[in-house]
Amino acid sequence: MNALDWIVLLGTMIGIAAYGVWRTRDVHSLNTYLKGNKSTRWGTIGLSVMATQASAITFLSIPGQGFESGIGFVQNYFGLPLALIVVCAVFLPIYRRLGVYTAYEFLGRRFDGKTRLLSAGLFLVQRGLAAGVTIYAPAIILATVLGWRLDLTIIFTGLLVIVYTVTGGSAAVSLTQKWQMAVIFGGMVTAFVVLLTKMPAGLGFGGAAHVAGAMGKLQAVDFSLNPDRRYTLWTGLLGGFFLSLSYFGTDQSQVQRYIGGAALREGRLGLMFNALLKIPMQFSILLLGALVFVFYQFEKPPVFFNQTEWRHHEQGANAATFHALDEKFNAAFAEKQVKIQAWLEVREAHDAVAETAARAAMLESQTRAGAIRAEAKAALVADDPRAKTKDSDYVFITFILDHLPHGVIGLLVAVMFAAALGSKASELNALGTTTTIDLWRHFRPLAAHDEARNVRAAKWFTAMWGLVAIAFALYASLAENLIEAINILGSIFYGVVLGIFLVAFFLKRVGGTAVFWGAVTAQVLIFVLFFYYKDRVAYLWYNLIGCAACVLFSLVLQLLLGRKVEKAHAA
Amino acid sequence: MKSPSADPPTSDKSPRVPGFRTWRGIYIFVFAFFVLVVVLLTIFSRYFA
Repeated sequence: MNALDWIVLLGTMIGIAAYGVWRTRDVHSLNTYLKGNKSTRWGTIGLSVMATQASAITFLSIPGQGFESGIGFVQNYFGLPLALIVVCAVFLPIYRRLGVYTAYEFLGRRFDGKTRLLSAGLFLVQRGLAAGVTIYAPAIILATVLGWRLDLTIIFTGLLVIVYTVTGGSAAVSLTQKWQMAVIFGGMVTAFVVLLTKMPAGLGFGGAAHVAGAMGKLQAVDFSLNPDRRYTLWTGLLGGFFLSLSYFGTDQSQVQRYIGGAALREGRLGLMFNALLKIPMQFSILLLGALVFVFYQFEKPPVFFNQTEWRHHEQGANAATFHALDEKFNAAFAEKQVKIQAWLEVREAHDAVAETAARAAMLESQTRAGAIRAEAKAALVADDPRAKTKDSDYVFITFILDHLPHGVIGLLVAVMFAAALGSKASELNALGTTTTIDLWRHFRPLAAHDEARNVRAAKWFTAMWGLVAIAFALYASLAENLIEAINILGSIFYGVVLGIFLVAFFLKRVGGTAVFWGAVTAQVLIFVLFFYYKDRVAYLWYNLIGCAACVLFSLVLQLLLGRKVEKAHAA
Repeated sequence: MKSPSADPPTSDKSPRVPGFRTWRGIYIFVFAFFVLVVVLLTIFSRYFA
């Protein structure tokens, strides 16, 4: 990165944060602090919902998924539009009508204090852990490739987001997210255009897509019923639906984004905006990764994309092994280029038989290159068992730093940080709000009427969670794939929380005690699946299983306990 | 305690979006768009396979 990149990066990051602080410096009302300005329109809400979900991991990890495994990950989002329709039609009107600050406040009114505390507690545990990951994940990658100090990167990013989130609360979060999304869209479109200009002359988008398709990177929809496959149309529709319904309908970091605004209409349109755009957006990011894959069929890639890690081993005791692997990969790459050129030529000639043979030869050379990459990863582990061998998260940032012009590099790194700040701000805002409303006010009911004290408490709790996230990030050890780590963590808890909400909305006869113990039992079941059967049950199914188990156990317990017991508890 | 922003029950009659008179119409449009996207993705996969 040169001076121009630094100006773009720091100007964008600090400029947006300072703008958020300045515009919301006079926020003293609890309602504005926790729900945002009453005049907020649907466009701001829609972008805020989008920015909350799109963390830096989205822009680092998803292009890597496209590069490594193709665009099939898009199916993970197939349940999202359907879930958002349910949230708009059922969840949001109830939240608005009751005028609650948090989703868990609704559960307190529908059931009882213990169910409210359980669901708020599950949220705080799950989101509090994820908050550390969302700050650590981009920092480790950016610090590694840019040579920055990891601890300073984490602390600077964390403190910046704490400053404007604590100052302006929800109003500052929505306001800054709007501009952060503008930077993100601008950066990603620029990356797409520059990438296309870097393709070999005459290839163009169509040619590049044909190369990607022939190499199996453009299989977007998989109709397979095989339960071992992680991403299919069915896991996306069912698992994705329950994951999205739980995330958008019951996770306070999302609920807080859309329960404010001028009217119910604004929240609904903001959510429908996401229902329309989310799949095309994720598809575009994955496609970008698939096109980076094509780019690296014509431009020699490193054998291992985390080059800092690779160089470290290359200079160690087993240097000869790593140099030999480099040589071997170079030879395989040269051979693959010849095969790809041959395939492109016979494809132009419309000779079906020759095309099939050339394609087979091309795929064979790709398999050979892939085998050398696998060999390289095995060599890393042999050299150091603690070595991180998953390099797909480093693919896009390597492409950015090695092949994009200065200025655009700064813009793209700003995209990563803008996304990190946007999602982090929503998390802190939600953690602070839930701690204030569902815990602090629950144990100090007399304080509920002192608005200034409530705002002060919310600010302190937001700052506290920010510091917890920084501390967690500083000492975190990371799962191999960042985006999956977040989704797995969410799936462990989301299903049960969603089950509690579905019972609340649709099973009027079930009371607090039944749903509380039903939820506890269902959560234990999910832990058993996660710790003992994770190789046999894909994690997206936890959402469906946790939700169904919670509903079922609640119904059974309600039958066993009987309504009289519930009335006795209520009394 | 209700917050000051609780909605009156009748604030949700029309979406006030050109071409749509009810929220149900918007939901159907979003669902139809989703189906179209899945179909287009399937065609895209087959075309470039």
